Amino acid sequence: MILVRAIEYLGTVVKGPVEEVGRIIMLFYSTLKWLARPPFEIKNTSKQMLEVGVNSLPVVLITAVFTGMVLALQSYTGFKRFGAEGLVGTVVALSMTRELGPVLTALIVTGRAGASMAAELGTMRVTEQIDALETLATNPVKYLIVPRFLSGLIMLPFLTVVSNIVGIIGGYFVSVFLLGANVTTYMRTTWDYLEFQDIYSGLVKACFFGASLSIICCYKGFYTEGGAEGVGKATMRAVVISFMTILISDYFLSAWLFE
Amino acid sequence: MIKLRDIHKYFGTKHVLRGVNLTIKKGESVVVIGGSGSGKSVLLKHIIGLLRPDKGTVIVDDHELPGLDEEHLNEVRKKFGMLFQSSALFDSMRVWENVGFGLIRHTRLTLSDIKEIAVQKLKMVGLVNVEDIMPSELSGGMRKRVGLARAIAMEPEILLYDEPTTGLDPIMADAINNLIVDMREKLNVTSIAITHDMKSAYKIADRIAMLYNGVIIGTGSSDEIRNTSDPVIKQFVTGSASGPIVLEGIRHED
Repeated sequence: MILVRAIEYLGTVVKGPVEEVGRIIMLFYSTLKWLARPPFEIKNTSKQMLEVGVNSLPVVLITAVFTGMVLALQSYTGFKRFGAEGLVGTVVALSMTRELGPVLTALIVTGRAGASMAAELGTMRVTEQIDALETLATNPVKYLIVPRFLSGLIMLPFLTVVSNIVGIIGGYFVSVFLLGANVTTYMRTTWDYLEFQDIYSGLVKACFFGASLSIICCYKGFYTEGGAEGVGKATMRAVVISFMTILISDYFLSAWLFE
Repeated sequence: MIKLRDIHKYFGTKHVLRGVNLTIKKGESVVVIGGSGSGKSVLLKHIIGLLRPDKGTVIVDDHELPGLDEEHLNEVRKKFGMLFQSSALFDSMRVWENVGFGLIRHTRLTLSDIKEIAVQKLKMVGLVNVEDIMPSELSGGMRKRVGLARAIAMEPEILLYDEPTTGLDPIMADAINNLIVDMREKLNVTSIAITHDMKSAYKIADRIAMLYNGVIIGTGSSDEIRNTSDPVIKQFVTGSASGPIVLEGIRHED
């Protein structure tokens, strides 16, 4: 009897999240289906790419440069204890390209553009603008979600590349100008140990994060219920679920890409 | 011709529509009346295929909507124009882009031609020099008019009105009623409106249908409805708090 109750309880706890994951996958499938169908939403997609990519650039730049700087500072003081300060360049380059570049960029874009996607679509839902699109014979997945999905998928790798470069420059600045590292040694240890796979796997992560955060944020906004409060909750949940997805999937992607 | 056949709709365990039957002839103006939460908006959304019935069917000019795929449903939707209760204007677009949205999406007209058509439709609903402003700068009545201009921009055969006078002052509400009558005369369209505003219903309807407890309990001309002996319809049209209609959440102590 206790076992039955425990299973029932487990079922009620698991049912909601499983249903939600199912609905997100359905929306993803629908997005891919409408993505392939002409006419292509070029104007809308460009607008979203500007919003997700170009407008996120200042925040990404500032975050990346200071991440690179603090990484150099911390690894220098740590490595100095056993005389390995010459490897600071390697640590900064590998950490930025493999891990911090894609993850931090994805978290920033989620907080900035992802939250905006969820709030905008949520407001459109509760003010019947999405219904209005349908009455005007326009598929809302094609018109609203496909451009946002594409912008996440394309702009996240672009921002990650920028983040990697700026982070490495930040590390170089701190190491060479503030900590007095040798320029030649620093440059050599940066480039000699950096492999194409490090950059490539970071970009694969960025594509996955971009696609995930845009679909999750669009999903939460698109299916918003219940007025202003509903929009607030949907936005908050979109950000939380995206953060969790990025951080959890990062581990599994790393295990797969660097095995 | 629009036929609603035995429409049932559930939201969770709530059985909102319980077998709605209604036929609307071409060119007719039908108003569906009913209390708040009676399922009027749900009914209207079935007519344009925004919702699919759990049981029953909607037939628009020989097209059975629940069986259509997205592509064919969109073709049928081009016959419709819909004015939403909240106007539902796209707040990221200027007024003329809102009005011309359907034309931008579904025709090869140039943007300047579309803007010209939008200005003309805005003029039809009594608005001038608003085409370049944003919807947030409009008053409630103006938003309804822009919503109506958008609904007629594609020259539809059927116009749907969701609570067209709700939230407007009595003078603006009457002006919107006049516009609805005008649209029907000028464009020769079939009109379906849902409202709980009886003044509006009497003014715009050829036929009024009352939705109660998820079914149509009676239909008739404005005069027939005004003089009905049905106690439920009578209570609703006279706006009396006492009678057979039980208000949700309010206890009657007779």
